[in-house]
Amino acid sequence: MTHAPLLKRLIIISIGMFAFAFALVPLYDVFCDLTGLNGKPSLEQAQQSSVIEQTRDVSVSFTTHAQSGAPFEVKSKEYSVVVKPGEMREVVFSAKNSSELDKVMQAVPSVSPGKAAKYLHKMACFCFDQQPLKAGEELEFKLLFYVDTTLPSDVEELTLSYTVFDISEQLVASNN
Amino acid sequence: MGKLSCTLWLILCVFPQLALANSQFNMRKGVTDISENVYELHMTIFFICCVIGIIVFAIMLWALIHHRKSKGAVPAQFHESTKVEILWTAIPFVILIAMAVPATKTLIAMEDASKADLTIKVTGSQWKWHYEYMGEDVEFYSMLATPQDEITNLADKNPNYLLEVDKPLVLPINQKIRFLMTSDDVIHSWWVPDFAVKKDANPGFINETWTNINEEGIYRGQCAELCGKDHGFMPVVVEAKSEADFKVWLADAKQAKQQAALADAALLDQTLPKEELMELGAQVYMASCAACHQPTGLGLPGVFPALKGSPIVLGDIKGHIDILIHGSPGTAMQSFAKQLSIKQLAAVITYKRNAWGNDTGDVIQPSEIQAALDADVEAN
Amino acid sequence: MSSIAEQPNANEAHHAHHPAKGFKRWLYTTNHKDIGSLYLIFSLTMFLIGGAMAMVIRAELFQPGLQLVDPHFFNQMTTVHGLIMVFGAVMPAFTGLANWMIPLMIGAPDMALPRMNNWSFWILPFAFLILLASLFMPGGGPAFGWTFYAPLSTTYSNDNTALFVFAVHIMGISSIMGAINVVVTIVNLRAPGMTWMKLPLFVWTWLITAFLLIAVMPVLAGAVTMVLTDKYFATSFFDAAGGGDPVMFQHIFWFFGHPEVYIMILPAFGIISTIVPTFSRKKLFGYASMVYATSSIALLSFVVWAHHMFTTGMPVAAELFFMYSTMLISVPTGVKVFNWVATMWRGSISFEVPMMFSIAFIVLFTLGGFSGLMLAITPADFQYHDTYFVVAHFHYVLVTGAVFSIMAGAYYWLPKWTGNMFNITLAKWHFWLSLVSVNVLFFPMHFVGLAGMPRRIPDYALQFADFNAIISIGGFAFGLSQLLFVVVVFKCARGGEKVPAKVWDGAEGLEWEVESPAPYHTFSTPPEIK
Repeated sequence: MTHAPLLKRLIIISIGMFAFAFALVPLYDVFCDLTGLNGKPSLEQAQQSSVIEQTRDVSVSFTTHAQSGAPFEVKSKEYSVVVKPGEMREVVFSAKNSSELDKVMQAVPSVSPGKAAKYLHKMACFCFDQQPLKAGEELEFKLLFYVDTTLPSDVEELTLSYTVFDISEQLVASNN
Repeated sequence: MGKLSCTLWLILCVFPQLALANSQFNMRKGVTDISENVYELHMTIFFICCVIGIIVFAIMLWALIHHRKSKGAVPAQFHESTKVEILWTAIPFVILIAMAVPATKTLIAMEDASKADLTIKVTGSQWKWHYEYMGEDVEFYSMLATPQDEITNLADKNPNYLLEVDKPLVLPINQKIRFLMTSDDVIHSWWVPDFAVKKDANPGFINETWTNINEEGIYRGQCAELCGKDHGFMPVVVEAKSEADFKVWLADAKQAKQQAALADAALLDQTLPKEELMELGAQVYMASCAACHQPTGLGLPGVFPALKGSPIVLGDIKGHIDILIHGSPGTAMQSFAKQLSIKQLAAVITYKRNAWGNDTGDVIQPSEIQAALDADVEAN
Repeated sequence: MSSIAEQPNANEAHHAHHPAKGFKRWLYTTNHKDIGSLYLIFSLTMFLIGGAMAMVIRAELFQPGLQLVDPHFFNQMTTVHGLIMVFGAVMPAFTGLANWMIPLMIGAPDMALPRMNNWSFWILPFAFLILLASLFMPGGGPAFGWTFYAPLSTTYSNDNTALFVFAVHIMGISSIMGAINVVVTIVNLRAPGMTWMKLPLFVWTWLITAFLLIAVMPVLAGAVTMVLTDKYFATSFFDAAGGGDPVMFQHIFWFFGHPEVYIMILPAFGIISTIVPTFSRKKLFGYASMVYATSSIALLSFVVWAHHMFTTGMPVAAELFFMYSTMLISVPTGVKVFNWVATMWRGSISFEVPMMFSIAFIVLFTLGGFSGLMLAITPADFQYHDTYFVVAHFHYVLVTGAVFSIMAGAYYWLPKWTGNMFNITLAKWHFWLSLVSVNVLFFPMHFVGLAGMPRRIPDYALQFADFNAIISIGGFAFGLSQLLFVVVVFKCARGGEKVPAKVWDGAEGLEWEVESPAPYHTFSTPPEIK
């Protein structure tokens, strides 16, 4: 009796499961995208909004955090705004590199409550790109967004949080 | 029969007493509607498990006693019964559904943080919490206040050992408080048992939860996710005040912030004596540095560098200040610019440069710290 | 070759060319009995080493305050204690029992792939040497918990993490190879007439366990590889700055981690299902039901993983799903307990040491199952998660569950392996001392957990002090009691009252038809199955 056929099958399954572990990575993102879970908002530019729902107000607040002592001071000019679903709104953020070196900043957005994440559409966001900031430089960025008209009716307020990272060294490392 | 009535008495009388009375044995009821719901769910599932356990073990005990070979028991021949299998699959299934209904209700309520009266942003880091009152411009760090001597058994432990902080989170009662959680480094978890609130603080993401406190008081919790060396040393303390008292506190806190800024400005013209800086520096060192660098300044070889005899501490003053202000990227040494005032920074640097035989004789003034901070701003 | 009736002579001939003596025999052996013994001795050694680390933990936690070790070293102790017990003690022990008993139980001459079997074993001491060595290197060994969540294990760990990753990869390869061997052996080498529904339950549970291992150990390998690349090769699987997510680590890890804990208990169920019928002198109640229940548990184990993650900020729908699926898994588990009790009911029960451990298993594992059911209730879990309540739960199911079943199996089969009855007096002392001390050790953990004590902390608030002292005393007593087990095992290997082929009078199965000690080669000709 030869064990080779069964052995081969089992080895292939093992290797397949190893690949599956890595497949879980994009699968996780697909699942998050589809359902907007984990507050992972899209990092892609959204389509223009066509309809505005006049009958309800949604409050959107902003908060930022500079990760692990990253030398960036990022603030929204307005702590919070009230918008109607579908209404495009611009919010200005200031970002300053408070160190003596040129840096590159990456902002990563996160939305609370998690279920609202997929209803927040960003037309323009400084989180779409890596942002170089010279030493001491302060720049203004515009966030242009709207809240989808299909936002569940029980959601009256959202918080958009940006975590900003100093990715200067990672960029240097990958360029070398 | 004696055994049976004893057991019944235990269940019906003693256990509930134990359960309610003594928070050494059981979960606490807490001070929010949610925490009471959670307590009820806990006691219900516990009771169900006790009943099932008693029934099953009683049957087993009976068999172990009466169906013993030494008593002459002759083994029966049966070894299967589809009817019985179906029964003891279906009955637990039904019990579980009964349990799932109230659990679902409570969970949905717990995860609905909408329509809050106040929002607090909680940021965990190694190894302290930061609280920000959103929209109110009040924020501060909250660190373990238990003296190192108590931890190293050189002093007696006070009743709130390891559960006390320098600045508690102050909240109003009877208002819905929303918490936004994030982390500055690794995953932490913010937990207050009296509120039945526990939520992970994930770096780069924001989580939300909420509470509504029914009673004034001081409530203590701890970090609930392994976050490194001092995971057990970053407690959570919430002081719940009446709405009126909270308003007063909040106004005072805003004022205190302005006054601190003024005081700092005033310091810039002063030259503080070395003794004052050394004394304050020692305090700051024990509270903010000693956990890693040790009270002896010897650090932990391979993990945290020694400050005694350290080239940085003994060398260029600007370089030393720079490390405190910016941290050391790629290491656990974080920036302390936001955590410590310029006076504290000046004091702790002075202390380190003169303690443990370092004896540089350097005295660092608050104005030098401010100059370094300003240089960051001006560098162009 | 020869038929069964002639086997004694054939075996004498085999004894004549007995395996080589000395180290080379053990290094090159492809004999399933030898390899089984190697796994078991290795596992016992690792159990003592992991146990010593637990003693360090309990010594530090005996009183509030930091007395003996610093917090970073304490975190290494909790981490390596967990890794050793899971991958060095419990899993190799079950693999050792599988190696010894599966060929005997199915009438096969050896495992299907004997040379791979040798490799499966020998890479294990190598892996653990690496892991243990990292404790002595500058910076210390892994200190991020056996669950090694990112980014604590990636950005915020030291360079010895690479050794941890390497060691885990090797352990994983060992398990996968072992599991493949088990599957091929059971599928291809059953004696004619040994149909699926005649398989002994220990063989069934190991077959199902082997499938679980093949499915999830590679996922662990993936997770640990991602940790390595995030740390050293600039990937961002778990780093938000690069578009990654630390919570995704937990999903990937627990996708492995939950089936892993069933990997650590299903063979235990098989052992208990073997011993209880023997000493009840009655067939296992509901054989088919037991097979289906075990399969249901294995299948369900794939869809409950996020019950370890209720506090991470999952959406409500996901929390509800995992609450329901986790509650559901208690149904087939309960069915198994009922079937064991029904086996004992109206049997003719005697209380030999293996039976005593099995009875203790049934009661105490069930207790662990109850705390597991409580943990499944998500709103309540918010209060239990990452507290000593969880520590109590998993130690009940793993120590009074898996470990007690391993000891039960060891006492049950030692006479078959050695030809000698073990010292029953010492064994009974071992049992009673273990039983009492293990409960003094783990039961109060429920209390301190409910009262609010988090896990993985080297120091605690004063209200937890009294119970921690009791727990530590239980810990020292339990640790010491295990030395008795070592004595019993070694004495038995060296000598004792001789036993016949059928050591226990209620025992059934092919393993009881060969001599005790089992000859080096058995079933070179397949036996007849009635």
